[in-house]
Amino acid sequence: MSAVFDVLNLKKAFSGLAVTNDVSLSMAPGDRVALIGPNGAGKTTFVNLVTGNLRPDSGEVRLNGETVTKIDAIGRVRRGLVRSFQVTRLFQDMTPAEHVALAILQRDGRSGKMFGNFLSMPDVMEEASALLGKLGLRDLMHRKVSEIAYGQQRLLEIAVALALKPKVLLLDEPAAGVPQSDTGRIEQALADLPPDLAVLMIEHDMDLVFRFAKRVIVLAAGTIIFDGSPADVTKDAAVREAYLGSYANASHAA
Amino acid sequence: MTARQNRSIGRDLIGIGAIVVAATIGYLLFPDNLALLTRIIAIGLLVLSLDLVTGYCGVATLGHAALFGSGAYAAGIAAAHYGITDPLLMTFAGILGGALAGLICGVVILRAHGLPQLVLSISLIYLFHEFANKASSWTGGSDGLSGISPDPLFGTFEFDLWGQTAYVFGVVLLLAVFTLLRLLVRSPFGMLCRGIKEDPLRIMAMGASPKVALIKMYVISGAVAGVGGALNAISTQVVGLDSLSFTQSAESLVMLVLGGTGSLFGALTGTIVFMLFEDYVSAANPFHWLTMVGALLIAVVLFAPKGLYGTAAAFIARRREKRT
Ligand SMILES: Nc1ncnc2c1ncn2[C@@H]1O[C@H](COP(=O)(O)OP(=O)(O)O)[C@@H](O)[C@H]1O
Ligand SMILES: [Mg+2]
Repeated sequence: MSAVFDVLNLKKAFSGLAVTNDVSLSMAPGDRVALIGPNGAGKTTFVNLVTGNLRPDSGEVRLNGETVTKIDAIGRVRRGLVRSFQVTRLFQDMTPAEHVALAILQRDGRSGKMFGNFLSMPDVMEEASALLGKLGLRDLMHRKVSEIAYGQQRLLEIAVALALKPKVLLLDEPAAGVPQSDTGRIEQALADLPPDLAVLMIEHDMDLVFRFAKRVIVLAAGTIIFDGSPADVTKDAAVREAYLGSYANASHAA
Repeated sequence: MTARQNRSIGRDLIGIGAIVVAATIGYLLFPDNLALLTRIIAIGLLVLSLDLVTGYCGVATLGHAALFGSGAYAAGIAAAHYGITDPLLMTFAGILGGALAGLICGVVILRAHGLPQLVLSISLIYLFHEFANKASSWTGGSDGLSGISPDPLFGTFEFDLWGQTAYVFGVVLLLAVFTLLRLLVRSPFGMLCRGIKEDPLRIMAMGASPKVALIKMYVISGAVAGVGGALNAISTQVVGLDSLSFTQSAESLVMLVLGGTGSLFGALTGTIVFMLFEDYVSAANPFHWLTMVGALLIAVVLFAPKGLYGTAAAFIARRREKRT
């Protein structure tokens, strides 16, 4: 299948220190890729570079074959490249229904409408409650975000991303901060993602990674040191060393 | 129709009813001072307009009278220089003038955030003020723009000395603006703006442009302030440089904070309380009135940080929650 998402020789340095060092990867529709690596490896930076939130020093990003490196973050979202955030960024005073409705309206070019209310737009309400229902959030759809549990907020992050109908979805640690007992719902949500969507997930929870991903990419110090099947990743010497190295460094620092 | 919608339409009707009741009470209490009440409405429109960008969108500005004053001058110049003396057309001129000023201010102010944004807004109001001062052949400079004599409303109701026509005209304008703004803040666009206020980066990650939305809101805000400015020009038949001043801008922000930001009722409550207080205290003790206003404001900010209306509304909501 032809690629929907290409990254070519992406580079970024912060004050001389290479944080993304010549990273290339390619994904096809339906791909389930996990991006792992020790803390500070440059995973979030990589997401920020491809979404256009950060400007790369060099390299290229392509969506559906179109080079988007010079297109701003908003333009990339409109072309189907959507991300979620490592720390949820939701509107505390708004309800899940409002979040999802806003995403739907924005996707359809209706977010600038100055009259009417989404509650009286049957198509929007239907889609929003179906989506929230699938994620187990329908009963909470009219509560304020500040009143719902963090695990549910993480699910809402996914719902907002899905409401935008992306072609490529970048999930930055979708289970971060959620108690182990609650990760089941998130895992289910990940399993239920649309089959033709290309998904790149950053995650630390290796159980989640192994159950979700068909392909694992390991980033260490800004460089891809492994790109292959989940079965092979644990056997890879370079990967082990990178993780051991980072643990050794961490214990030195501590 | 859902219960949720019925509730918000119910609140709209209550709001409209509350404005009518307040306007009637005002008329009965101050029949000899309708000019003051009309001015409260004009400034109320300015504070509503400020609430749109500050309360709903989180833009910091101390120069919002630029929009109000531009509306006032547009209506005044239309009448004094172009013979456009129909009050509805003058109001329309005010809307255009305010919207244009809103566009200019929005484009400039939205280039920055936080303190630099505040500084830009202050610079702008001084520029507008100075420009109006220099263009005295158009604006009358520091003498003010006079020679504004609006026609009778609908050819029948004269803008006379008693100010009844002006007052009723003002109340009707306020009701119209209030109704439109209720629709606006509940619309998808209103929801988008609330999102922008809380987290513009998140809105961008949804593919929407905060910049474009905020500039639209600034233009709308200008139109609303322009209605207020036009009302002021029509009712007082002069336009002074003070309508385009830093003081007026700062006072309108004080009124907004006093009433409570991010709510249309908050904006109106703040205006009414501030201006009645000002009128009363400055008559009773002209030397200390600013001290009194300062004390009032400190009390509100310390003890009711959501403003008078915001605090009252939160209190009622809490009690209602306890009962259910
Ligand atoms: N804006 C920035 N300025 C300077 N250094 C940064 C910036 N963002 C990230 N870094 C550094 O880049 C490295 C990678 O960070 P990050 O991409 O967040 O790692 P990860 O998500 O893999 O834990 C870290 O050393 C971090 O300190
Ligand atoms: Mg990270």
